[in-house]
Amino acid sequence: MSRKIIFPLQFCNETNFIKICIEYGLILEKGKNMGSEIYFSKDHELVRKAVRDFVNKEINPNVDEWEEKGSAPLHDLFKKMGDLGFLGIRYDEKYGGEGLDYWYETVVMEELARIHCGGVPMAIAVQMSMATPAIDEFGSEYLKETYLKPAIQGDMVSAIAVTEPDAGSDVAALKTYAKKDGDSYILNGSKTFITNGIQADFLTLLARTSDDPGYHSFSLFVVPTNLPGFNVSKKLDKMGMRSSDTAELYFDDMRVPAENLIGTEGQGFIHQMMQFQHERFAVLPLTYISAKDIIDETVEYLKGRIVFGKPLIKKQVLRHRLAEWLSEIECLKQLTYHIVRMKMAGQDVSKEISMGKLFGGSLLSKVADGCLQMYGGIGLMNEMRISRVYRDSRLLSIGGGASEVMSDVIAKLEGY
Amino acid sequence: MTQVEQKTGFDEYFTKEHQQLRMALRDVIKKEVLPNINEWEEAGEFPASLYPMFGELGFLGIGFPEELGGTGGDVFDLVVANEELMRSGSGGFAAGIGSLNIALPPIVKKGTEEQKERFVKPVLEGKRIAALGITEPGGGSDVASLQTTAVKDGGSYVVNGAKTFITSGARADQLTCAVRTGVAGAHGISFLLMEKDMPGYSVGKCLKKTGWWASDTAEIFFDNCRVPAENLIGEENMGFYTIMENFQMERLQLCIMANVTAQLALEEAWKYTKEREAFGKPLQGFQVTRHKLADMATLVDVSREYTYRIAAKINAGIDQVKEISMAKNFACSVSDKVTYDAVQLFGGYGYMREYLVERLYRDNRILSIGGGTTEIMKEIISKLM
Repeated sequence: MSRKIIFPLQFCNETNFIKICIEYGLILEKGKNMGSEIYFSKDHELVRKAVRDFVNKEINPNVDEWEEKGSAPLHDLFKKMGDLGFLGIRYDEKYGGEGLDYWYETVVMEELARIHCGGVPMAIAVQMSMATPAIDEFGSEYLKETYLKPAIQGDMVSAIAVTEPDAGSDVAALKTYAKKDGDSYILNGSKTFITNGIQADFLTLLARTSDDPGYHSFSLFVVPTNLPGFNVSKKLDKMGMRSSDTAELYFDDMRVPAENLIGTEGQGFIHQMMQFQHERFAVLPLTYISAKDIIDETVEYLKGRIVFGKPLIKKQVLRHRLAEWLSEIECLKQLTYHIVRMKMAGQDVSKEISMGKLFGGSLLSKVADGCLQMYGGIGLMNEMRISRVYRDSRLLSIGGGASEVMSDVIAKLEGY
Repeated sequence: MTQVEQKTGFDEYFTKEHQQLRMALRDVIKKEVLPNINEWEEAGEFPASLYPMFGELGFLGIGFPEELGGTGGDVFDLVVANEELMRSGSGGFAAGIGSLNIALPPIVKKGTEEQKERFVKPVLEGKRIAALGITEPGGGSDVASLQTTAVKDGGSYVVNGAKTFITSGARADQLTCAVRTGVAGAHGISFLLMEKDMPGYSVGKCLKKTGWWASDTAEIFFDNCRVPAENLIGEENMGFYTIMENFQMERLQLCIMANVTAQLALEEAWKYTKEREAFGKPLQGFQVTRHKLADMATLVDVSREYTYRIAAKINAGIDQVKEISMAKNFACSVSDKVTYDAVQLFGGYGYMREYLVERLYRDNRILSIGGGTTEIMKEIISKLM
């Protein structure tokens, strides 16, 4: 930086100071983010633009209709995304993936967060980061060819089936049983809150394979939904995430071929814990981008809303609230980038991801609630995006491991 | 009865008559409302036949003078009525059936005998539905800037403009409507009684909202709507003060709504965490759960007792504008936190529509916006300090 510039700091107020800084190129224009350039190259930005264009053209114009309908046409949507290479960004090219790294995955998730609802990004995240990582990491060649490849190409819709009516966060309490019988397993039990459950072609399912207590009694399977014995008991009606179909499923003497076992029998719980890390990581970009996005939209509203003679954005109380949220959002974003760097370096990130999810879940709820308050009565109307964000955001501290479970994980990993 | 269930009041505030009213209303809610409330929530309204039914039983007239067909009573009768209506678990139902409680007081206080005869009596009998119209598409909290105009023309006013977020607006036969009759600002506002069948009065479609689904909330439009001058309530250009006076009781009702919402969420969470097992024991076996429930119960208790205290002072005729604003903010912050925590304790089920806590969470969100936002309450409090 040139040393010739001397600021007459004592003569300029804050606004002048910022103007001068911009003029001399010391800081970028207001609202422009310089920080992310450290991590993202031109190639990342090309991917970013491709996903953003797709979201704007193929997804956002349809979101209202899908929300109203209570589901999105996943086969159609995933096919288009598969053709563009979005679904297998991190996966091996051998199975149709792009073979790119975690930074690219982060870019894709950041752009999916710009979808005008939570339900559709959640459905996509299931396909990319919740139901397929275990097949990629632990699955046989057969499973990768038969399920991972079509999932990456968008020919099959996947779902992750862990939660049961009596076991959510307490995964070890699962009752669904897969009993070995010759060259297949016979599956009995039920699963609930299954995202994509109505449309899924296969489930990545965690079941008990032994009655012994402890974590080595579970196995992970790929369960095709077209086999006899598979049933959808009901479609669930939810507070938010309306465009995502969520189902309760049950399995009645369903015969699943033994070759559909992912990895090793008895290792399912461990496999799933690894898979959860991908799921929870995917939530982070969704959180800080949606939070920032809804703040931007709210600020536009506040600029135009004249109350007691001036625009609401001029109210100090509101400006300070926004500043606080932006600070917290920035913290979450930088924690996420830190996690990506750790992942790139091959380090274990379970604790950091849990911290991110714990912090992010309540952050998005808080921002959504606060932005709705700034809108006032109109914010409660379904036609406003903020009312949807408010309803959708409530799930984040519950799904994929509730805040309480995140806190347990963090405390355990700290050795308490 | 669980330990957390609300005690039915301390003698200092509630007499035997109050308790009888509570039991009578609770009984009717249990028989007539609870079995159908889920269906009404989905339908976006409750049957209009409930108005005459509640009118006949005398529930609509609670707190209104007997000579107008009311059943009389004091502020605590209103407290009891609001608490029991909220026990339906539907803020929309309580707000809808109770919209007369905000629509009629200006007429009762400032109206002529003829107005009371025509616009109060039939509403208390449940034969007509009444709504209050203040908020406009361009302005909510900033009441003094309202833009619906009423221009005097011979023996009538010609009204132009629009009102929005009107509770019971879709079905209301009459609207106690704030209009601009004079200069800009607070000194140019009057109240007019408008009727559904007046030419130029039209109702938009029911608004779809986060919560309060059982309430028909609508936008109302006035296009050269001619209103007879005798429909003016009180003096011309003095309406702002009537609005402000009316707000005190509306805010008391909102406090009660928030308190009961929180109370119900607490009760539900208590029952659920007692039964639901995780990691081999009931959720209440976890210290974090117990402490969370303890916090919830503490807040609910403090908020309810504070509200009762303010109600007692209002009952004694003491001005409580500042205190009721404090009570509303406190009660809403309590119900925000308690409904959030209740959903959290229910886990995934708390996110499902078939569970009461899901509705309580959605219904609650309006309470810190309607009847004056939290921010407006703070402005009032700071001005009166």
